[in-house]
Amino acid sequence: MTSLLNIVDLCVKFPTRFGEFTALNHVNLDVSAGEIHGLVGESGAGKSTVGAAIMGLLQSPGYVSDGEINFMGDNLTALSDDAYHKLRGQRISMIFQDPQTSLNPLLTVANQLIETIRQHADMSHNDARKRAVELLEVTGLQDVENRIDEYPHQFSGGMRQRVVIALALCTNPELIIADEPTTALDVSVQKQILELIRNLCTERNIGIILITHDIGVINEITDRVTVLRSGRVIETGDTATVLGEPEDDYTRALMAAVPRLDKRLHRFKNIVSDDEFSAEDASWRIDDASADYASEWLLEQRALQQSKTSNHKSESQLLEVPQISGTSRAPIASLSDGKPRNIEPRNIEPNNSKPNNSKPKNSKPRQAILSVSELAVTFYSGQPSWFGKKEGFKALSDISFHMQPGTVLGVVGESGSGKSTLAKAIVGLVDPSAGNMTFRSETLPPGSARTRSHPVRRQIQMVFQDPYSSLNNRKTVEGIISEPIEFYGLATNKQEIRKLVASVLDLVEMPQRAMLKYPHQFSGGQRQRIAVARALVARPEFLICDEPTSALDVSIQAQMLNLLKDLQEAFGLSILFISHNLAVIRQMADNVVVLRNGRLIEAAETEQFFSSPADPYSQMLLRETPSLRFLQAPI
Amino acid sequence: MLKAWHRLARENELLYLFLNNRVAQLAALIALLTVGGAALSPVLSPTDPYDIASIDIMDSLVPPVWSDGSDERFFIGTDDQGRDLLSAILYGTRLSLFVGFLSITFASVLGVSVGLMAGYFGGRFDAFVMRIADVQLSLPAILTALLIDGIARGILPREQHDSLMIVVLTFAIGLSLWVNFARTARASTFVERNKEYVQACEIMGMHPVRILLVHILPNIMGPILVILTVDLAVAVLLEATLSFLGVGVPPNQPSLGTLIRIGTEYMFSGEWWIVIFPSAMLITMIVSINVLGDFLRDAFNPRLR
Repeated sequence: MTSLLNIVDLCVKFPTRFGEFTALNHVNLDVSAGEIHGLVGESGAGKSTVGAAIMGLLQSPGYVSDGEINFMGDNLTALSDDAYHKLRGQRISMIFQDPQTSLNPLLTVANQLIETIRQHADMSHNDARKRAVELLEVTGLQDVENRIDEYPHQFSGGMRQRVVIALALCTNPELIIADEPTTALDVSVQKQILELIRNLCTERNIGIILITHDIGVINEITDRVTVLRSGRVIETGDTATVLGEPEDDYTRALMAAVPRLDKRLHRFKNIVSDDEFSAEDASWRIDDASADYASEWLLEQRALQQSKTSNHKSESQLLEVPQISGTSRAPIASLSDGKPRNIEPRNIEPNNSKPNNSKPKNSKPRQAILSVSELAVTFYSGQPSWFGKKEGFKALSDISFHMQPGTVLGVVGESGSGKSTLAKAIVGLVDPSAGNMTFRSETLPPGSARTRSHPVRRQIQMVFQDPYSSLNNRKTVEGIISEPIEFYGLATNKQEIRKLVASVLDLVEMPQRAMLKYPHQFSGGQRQRIAVARALVARPEFLICDEPTSALDVSIQAQMLNLLKDLQEAFGLSILFISHNLAVIRQMADNVVVLRNGRLIEAAETEQFFSSPADPYSQMLLRETPSLRFLQAPI
Repeated sequence: MLKAWHRLARENELLYLFLNNRVAQLAALIALLTVGGAALSPVLSPTDPYDIASIDIMDSLVPPVWSDGSDERFFIGTDDQGRDLLSAILYGTRLSLFVGFLSITFASVLGVSVGLMAGYFGGRFDAFVMRIADVQLSLPAILTALLIDGIARGILPREQHDSLMIVVLTFAIGLSLWVNFARTARASTFVERNKEYVQACEIMGMHPVRILLVHILPNIMGPILVILTVDLAVAVLLEATLSFLGVGVPPNQPSLGTLIRIGTEYMFSGEWWIVIFPSAMLITMIVSINVLGDFLRDAFNPRLR
């Protein structure tokens, strides 16, 4: 096969005031007609820059400093602006990530297509319209004749992406660059769009460059793949070869970091990270502050709580208290010796309900830490009508489940399923319209009735999705982490608080010196660690994690999941773990709850759910999730 | 020391942009000179325009030193009462800036608190306050200031007019400018309140006042700072306008507005210096502050860069 696009030694540089930043460093790429070539890498790897360089749309002040982009014999880097303008759209077109923003909301779909077609071909308005209808039919849109005159907002996300693809096809391009075309879509829609791209590629013999961070997607549809890291090509070749028998350490590590759908791993191993700390950061320490100190502090409180609550229960439990604090010392000592610090999983926690926990107490059926029964949340938009009943949008209806202490409950669902609303109802940000919540046998009042000093305000903590908005940018990390300590009065002595902040940072595997900095000085993964530290210092018993890793790269996600697992096991936390990613849920959760359109579809134990999901919807979700199932190589 | 300065200049976006913007630097220099000159007017000015004993009516309408019939005691001449114009301008600028700063402080405290609450709590309070703001915005600021000024003059006893005039002016100008602050603060608060760090505070059960002051306020300071600079110029201008119209500071206290008003009466009889110099001072000051405000706005809004 002759190559359609051939990139040789491409270098792209961005001059900044800190010196020149090399975004692409001698990148070679070869794409044939009728081939889907995957570009995979973590954020900052330069995937999108490759796409932009081919399109000649590098953001100013970036420029191609070296190398050639050969497209069917023409060197694109030598092309004049005018010639490039003709080529762009005509022979190379692009599919963007977010169909919400890549269509003009003020033009009908028909007008956008017709405009594009007539821009490049001498065609009458009516002919162009006919062609637009054909194209939309090709992309699998239903009822095209009627819908073509609608506006983008009247289409769903998946349909909008079909329109974007039709736009890309308008001029019969030879090469399409698809930049994360399915990242904004739910799994079920993602599958359909990927199939569509595959069909177009083979039927029309178009070369496609598929840029994505999702190795599952790469595995599903690409023929060949190029792995990028910090602007360099790490590995390139047939998809099956590269993913199945990766040669480079980085590729191997990347593969190992991808959560697996088919089995639960105890923890992710062999992770590479680009986050490095300077020697200055590593050597700065506060006296006596250490991860041990933090875990001791966190456990000490649990012991106290145990004794308090058990005072009213039975004497046998009361007797257990000293034993807890005694056993808790052993793992603490082992925390900081040698190798990458991690908290060895031990059953220190009496609350731990892992099956291998041999304490007799576990045989007794224990009271649930959180029970939700017939919970419903309804949102009313705008003014209710003066007459009759208010009608609202039912975000959640009739949700019931129980959670045992020390377990992780995974909540799965596509966008709009009500996952986040559930979390908000529990923490009191949203008032339920019906139903009850019980936290440790006490009724959990709805948000508006929950007093500011209610104990659950400390006992339930939350880790949010977006690490860029969950930390106050105007406060130092010390200010952010010390706030809960001061707010709940967990420590009053200034020195003590400082020491605790440093220790907790140590515990979440951040340098202690981080406390002097501001959030913007950290990467997404590091910010998320700070967010976890903030949740931990409140000494919670129950942690809600709302998509804590969905904004992170896979290797950072793997580190984060490791950390959460370690903390969960060390402190016996109960975690409500919300995610749209089934593979992540499989790695984290003991039990799974599936939500769809605000209703609970299925609740099951994790292993059982993944081996034999009962509900057709759950089966569909599992089937459609792109995964690495075929890989047999032990990782 | 120098190294630390270089590092600061590299890391601090605002400082970096400032060091690379000649116009902003020039504006800052001029603004600094005017503010400094005004603040040091008792030291810098040759005479004290408040000291009636030193004023001689015989010295009135003396032209600047480079003209015929000048007096070397008065560098840029005197006004109709025989006051040294240079001293009067320096003292006048001080008064104008004083009233400007005072009223802008009042306007910003009022506007930002209202905006924070409206943006955070929303609902009826928001609707009520913002409708008032809309109504006020449909009137020119000078009209609002005149109205408040007039009402105050009507209520206050005549003999206290002169002593309370500064306070009245501050209120009048402040009340006509709070709307900008309220709208900006409200819009920014609206964005911030939906961020997750605010939700984290709410989950903790933190008091709303603490959330607003400790968490949200520092995050909306950027746009507020821009309004603060731009509106300082507006406030100084409003004061000058009110004084020009004769409803501002008492006539025996020189302010840029009163000086210009006196000057206009003599403009066509050849005594041009009385109107030109105070006007030039006012224009230079306003332009420099406005340029600084524009610089800040661009610096805080990456999309405009």
